[in-house]
Amino acid sequence: MPDSTAPDQFASAEIVAGEAGASAALTSSSSAGKPGPAVLVLEDGRRFVGRRYGSEGQTLGEVVFATGMTGYQEALTDPSYAGQIVLMTAPHIGNTGMNDDDMESRQIWVAGFIVREPARIASNYRATRTLDDDLEEQGVVGISGIDTRAITRHIRSKGAMKSGIFSGDMFGLSDSEQLERVLAGAAMRGRNLSLEVSTVEPFSIPAQGERIGSVAVLDLGVKTSTLTYLAERGFEVLVLPQSVTAEHVLSLKPSALFFSNGPGDPAASDAHVTLLQEVLRAGIPYFGICFGNQLLGRALGFRTYKLPFGHRGINQPVLDKTTGRVEITSQNHGFAVDMPIEGVHDSRAGFGRVEVSHYSLNDQVVEGIRCLDINAFSVQYHPEAASGPHDANHLFDRFRDVVLAAQSAVAGETK
Amino acid sequence: MPKRDDINSVLVIGSGPIVIGQACEFDYSGTQACRVLREEGVRVILVNSNPATIMTDPDFADATYIEPITAEILETIIAKERPDAILPTLGGQTALNAAIQLHERGILEKYDVELIGASFDAINKGEDRMIFKQLVIDAGAGVARSFIARTVDEAVGYADDLGYPLVVRPSFTMGGLGSGFAYTEVELRRIVTDGLHHSPTTEVLLEESILGWKEYELEMMRDTADNTVVVCSIENVDPVGVHTGDSITVAPALTLTDREFQHLRDISIDIIRAVGVDTGGCNIQFAINPADGRVIVIEMNPRVSRSSALASKATGFPIAKIAAKLAIGYRLDEIPNDITGVTPASFEPTLDYVVVKVPRFAFEKFPAADRRLTTTMKSVGEAMAIGRSFASALQKALRSLEKRGSSFHWGDETRTVDELLSAAEIPTDGRIVTVQQALRRGATIDQVFAATKIDPWFIDQIVLINEIADQVASADRLDRDVMILAKDHGFSDAQIGELRGFGETDVRTVRHILGVRPVFKTVDTCAGEFPALTPYHYSSYDDETEVVASDRRKVVILGSGPNRIGQGVEFDYSCVHASFALSEAGYETIMINCNPETVSTDYDTSDRLYFEPLTLEDVLEVIYAESQSGELVGVVVQLGGQTALSLARGLEAAGIPILGTTPDAIDLAEERGLFSKILNDAGLLAPRNGTAIDFAGAVVVAEEIGYPVLVRPSYVLGGRGMEIVYDSPSLADYFQRMAGQGIIGAGHPLLVDRFLDDAIEIDVDAIYDGHELYIGGIMEHIEEAGIHSGDSSCTLPPVTLGRAEIDRVREATLGIARGIGVKGLLNVQFAIGAGVLYVLEANPRASRTVPFVAKALGITLAKAAALIMVGTTIAELKANGKLPLIDGSRVPIESPVAVKEAVLPFNRFRTPEGLVVDSILGPEMRSTGEVMGIDRDFPRAFAKSQLAAYGGIPLSGTVFVSVSDRDKRAIILPMLRLQQLGYEIAATIGTAEVLQRNGIRARIVTKFSEKVGEDDVSIVELIRREEIQIVINTPGGSTARADGYEIRAAAVAGDLPLFTTIAELSAAVASIDSIRDGFEVTSLQEYATARTALL
Repeated sequence: MPDSTAPDQFASAEIVAGEAGASAALTSSSSAGKPGPAVLVLEDGRRFVGRRYGSEGQTLGEVVFATGMTGYQEALTDPSYAGQIVLMTAPHIGNTGMNDDDMESRQIWVAGFIVREPARIASNYRATRTLDDDLEEQGVVGISGIDTRAITRHIRSKGAMKSGIFSGDMFGLSDSEQLERVLAGAAMRGRNLSLEVSTVEPFSIPAQGERIGSVAVLDLGVKTSTLTYLAERGFEVLVLPQSVTAEHVLSLKPSALFFSNGPGDPAASDAHVTLLQEVLRAGIPYFGICFGNQLLGRALGFRTYKLPFGHRGINQPVLDKTTGRVEITSQNHGFAVDMPIEGVHDSRAGFGRVEVSHYSLNDQVVEGIRCLDINAFSVQYHPEAASGPHDANHLFDRFRDVVLAAQSAVAGETK
Repeated sequence: MPKRDDINSVLVIGSGPIVIGQACEFDYSGTQACRVLREEGVRVILVNSNPATIMTDPDFADATYIEPITAEILETIIAKERPDAILPTLGGQTALNAAIQLHERGILEKYDVELIGASFDAINKGEDRMIFKQLVIDAGAGVARSFIARTVDEAVGYADDLGYPLVVRPSFTMGGLGSGFAYTEVELRRIVTDGLHHSPTTEVLLEESILGWKEYELEMMRDTADNTVVVCSIENVDPVGVHTGDSITVAPALTLTDREFQHLRDISIDIIRAVGVDTGGCNIQFAINPADGRVIVIEMNPRVSRSSALASKATGFPIAKIAAKLAIGYRLDEIPNDITGVTPASFEPTLDYVVVKVPRFAFEKFPAADRRLTTTMKSVGEAMAIGRSFASALQKALRSLEKRGSSFHWGDETRTVDELLSAAEIPTDGRIVTVQQALRRGATIDQVFAATKIDPWFIDQIVLINEIADQVASADRLDRDVMILAKDHGFSDAQIGELRGFGETDVRTVRHILGVRPVFKTVDTCAGEFPALTPYHYSSYDDETEVVASDRRKVVILGSGPNRIGQGVEFDYSCVHASFALSEAGYETIMINCNPETVSTDYDTSDRLYFEPLTLEDVLEVIYAESQSGELVGVVVQLGGQTALSLARGLEAAGIPILGTTPDAIDLAEERGLFSKILNDAGLLAPRNGTAIDFAGAVVVAEEIGYPVLVRPSYVLGGRGMEIVYDSPSLADYFQRMAGQGIIGAGHPLLVDRFLDDAIEIDVDAIYDGHELYIGGIMEHIEEAGIHSGDSSCTLPPVTLGRAEIDRVREATLGIARGIGVKGLLNVQFAIGAGVLYVLEANPRASRTVPFVAKALGITLAKAAALIMVGTTIAELKANGKLPLIDGSRVPIESPVAVKEAVLPFNRFRTPEGLVVDSILGPEMRSTGEVMGIDRDFPRAFAKSQLAAYGGIPLSGTVFVSVSDRDKRAIILPMLRLQQLGYEIAATIGTAEVLQRNGIRARIVTKFSEKVGEDDVSIVELIRREEIQIVINTPGGSTARADGYEIRAAAVAGDLPLFTTIAELSAAVASIDSIRDGFEVTSLQEYATARTALL
């Protein structure tokens, strides 16, 4: 895992443009000189030799590809990518540098980074530092200058797999030694990564505008945008560590519960499933995103499974079955809920009737589920986007409406 | 919603002639639409006046009308065909404006026809600048501060408020016609006057200047269920101030954060929703202030545009095709993505490559024109390139321009950094190379940014290219690593050779020995997430190739590259036809081209498409990749104009089989001495001629054969450098102007011909299979010899040639075909002067008129030629119905007459002083496009051609006439007829005298140069006051030169019919009688049926 201390200064960023009216271009002091070699090694023995990018050394993780053409900063700081070596299919990465506004969490989470053409300068009025600076400071080992499309096609046909990037001294290791290290790395299947990304201490964010209630957010790798959107909808946001108990959640008397996105195999998160079931039984409305969708699926009694190479991009068409409309969504998931997309099904865990509310138009994978007898729904994709289109942002309104309706129902009963 | 069942027939409106700002991208979109609609079982009625297009092939519609796109003609067609709906969003601004007229005149209502694709309301909201601005503000987006002005004085008043510079934009025009930046009040007055004239609503918008801001464009699609997708983002490398069509552009946008991009996307969705485009596409343009990110919406087009064609080629998402499906009711999620086959069209393409488009200009054709790039589009074509990085895509795009000096170079640069920087401040053709030179000489990124406002990221990429060049130049050896480094950054073998001091071929040999060859990647809409079914490839120096092995017999067809004057959509037509014919004959067709506007670069057209520069290196690499499997039968080089033809020698030298006429035979036609021998052997005459490689030699030749002489460099197309020279000082002047262009010299001699005054020029398109000659058409020029065939109007069949003359032409063509050894197409130009038949030139390749012949006579020469090239005989083609039994030299008397008229771009160009450039025709081609009029006789057909080209001859009003002395005799009869028809006549003194004495009343008008005092009204003022409706002015005699220019300039600026030859005047006069009762319309399919009955 990369060093998790948040960088507090970016002294290496040097402003090229001094005078007024000059460009806002930044160059990285570390980018001087020709970078040394690096190699990407896949678990099936394929090797791609390129140039060192970011930090020097060795990193291991599951190699996945992401197809967004914008939003590398949001992707890098998305905790869902923890444990993964991320390949960007867009060739030019880093062009707009890094800024303080677009961080989706306190740090970069990817285990490694694969780019064809890293930017030599950053050009954007908001940029405060270059991407190279952040990668180096946070010890992210990467590789550039390789045939990223060939690797993408390989993953597409063979599936996401274990991999490693080796540069500096590690580049000198023998091919077989490197492959052994890759094979010894942890597999994503069965892996629980929530502990690594979750906040250690609970914290809260005040509601914006009129407060409608509180939402308990289980931080399984939550993104800043999600918290902002919840607060904007009038929720006081109570962010809880992933290790919290159901009793504790209930003791906070939240108006609603929210499970965030996050890394890892949902099948390895039994404790979170149990927690969710207990809170649902208490009648508290629930909304989940991504990992939170898989965990709702499991809580309702459905299985999850690993997709061959996952969905990672910001152009993914999803059909909202209730409206018949297509939303272009931001997605980042390697696992999915196993459930027929047609018809109404009974929750084997006793939560009544359940249906698939959204599915992918590309491959008919479940992208959202909705309970018909309890106030719970979730989506596999990212309505908070960041990066990606805002088409599904209205789901936060839907959540607010569900919570308000539940509150007035309770109020009605007490009358 | 699935397909609507209430739309069974659709009228598709095309975009008319190719003009600057509206080129063959609309042929591509219209062709797609017609195909889709027919596949859906809809009866397609098509109207387009442009015969060079592929969409007007009778195969693409049920009823094809090559008729002028006017409200009257459209009404006639609607009344006859009674379509359920009209689709006006795929034919550019022309079609949209026609639809607006149909609506406003109540024609839609009268015949109960629905506009599909965009409603009148949506068109209006998108096009009316004030309504649109309000709508943008309502969407919460920013707009530039602005005012609408209806008079020049009003505009000057608003300018005080906005400050200079400011932008002027007329409403309802395309390609930025009439718009521009005004830095001073004088400029403002001029631009507003122009703009008010060009705006159909006599309104212009004045706007605060956002010069230097970053410019972006988003291509959107929306369906009836409000599903909206962004197909592509496009970023202009040249910032605001240069028209998008003239900018270097890149897709996807490369310098936006996701937050900024999503903001643009949100605004776009709000706007498309508010405008109400719900069954089709639109594009929206934005400006972003690089200093603080402020976003301004510039404009939107509620239709398919030039950018849509680019976006389609850039992403693989066929916008026009999808737009046509949406128009008949489908939703995006009901339409499959062709490329993956499994995913729906309701997604947003994602790219794992970079696309760069560069414009191609034709300023050399208009030496007087101001070369500064502004918000009025001036480019005539474009090239697109795909690479795995911006650097490689940019370098590929620049070499695709096929223009000297368009690529980056590292040779002598004498200008200093300061000189280069100040040159770069003004956007012009080739500024990017100036920037590269400035950086090479040591300018910093900041200095270049200050001069150009090009985003620093792009500037740094050019710095990178210069750094790589240094590494290549300074490397000890040209080893594998250095070679790969250079190739990965888009360097051509020629550039590497320049850096290392040896030839392109040597670099290639070394490269191949080192095993460095490109691989070919696929444009798949999804960055590799799903397998692609369509082989649409581009090269990159990566590891893995995606070319799938095939065991078929393959034919490679070379396209014609970027459009330019002299080489446009006509050549694409021939390439596409060859592909269709060869595909049908069982060959695997492989297209190579780099022009994003074309049908040939549609992934549906050929079995495999390579979007690559048409240079020897790039073509050889595609051929090598394809040679790894199957059998390469050969390469077709005779259909892609001079671009393809010029590669024949190099390909042959590399051992690649050339199909059809051999490179040796091609040389026979081009090389003056060899060609003379062919003519001698066939007993044919050429005008007296000779060749020279320098001025001294040319004078000797010219004096020997006698002035006037026609001079032209060999191996050029479109009459580049072709002029009529009357004396030796003019010849000296000519050499001075041609110097440094590298087109005359040893190996490329200047051809000097005796110029034939008063001769009739004839163009012949034919095919020859080695045994039999088949004439496609014999075209008679309306203007006399001396005007480039591309600029002159012509008739098919000829209307003044006798049978004996036609027989002589046929015999002569056969003699030439045999002598050269043609296998395939042949175009011969003849002149008949004083009863003698002269051969002017012969070209063993497709000509511009091949599609005209196909539309006029139904003879598809390009298809036939392609089959001849692979061994089919003319006898076989006749036997299996691919060619009519009787060729085009004998046209039955009942057949219609077709007239082709050229469309000229003079009103696009201004001198640096803001004056119109001169508009006389000459041997150098200047037209950008053409129209065809077809009717039962010549006068009617000619009238239609005039209507289609510029709106037609006014049926009443004042005719102004001023002709040279030698033409005075010839105007008496036509002017008399005009007077009888009720026209008033005005003339300059000399002409008026002749007219008066012949009994024709003429008002005497002062010449511009003879004007005395303020009260005296010259002809130029009369034209400006709109008191003149038709202008007749023939150039000649040196005294009248300046006046002639002023008259023609005023006529062009006022969009008046202008006749500069007596021949055209006579044709026009003959046509006036025939059109008083309006026009009848006949579809090509009806003509074909009648033709079959005749034969």
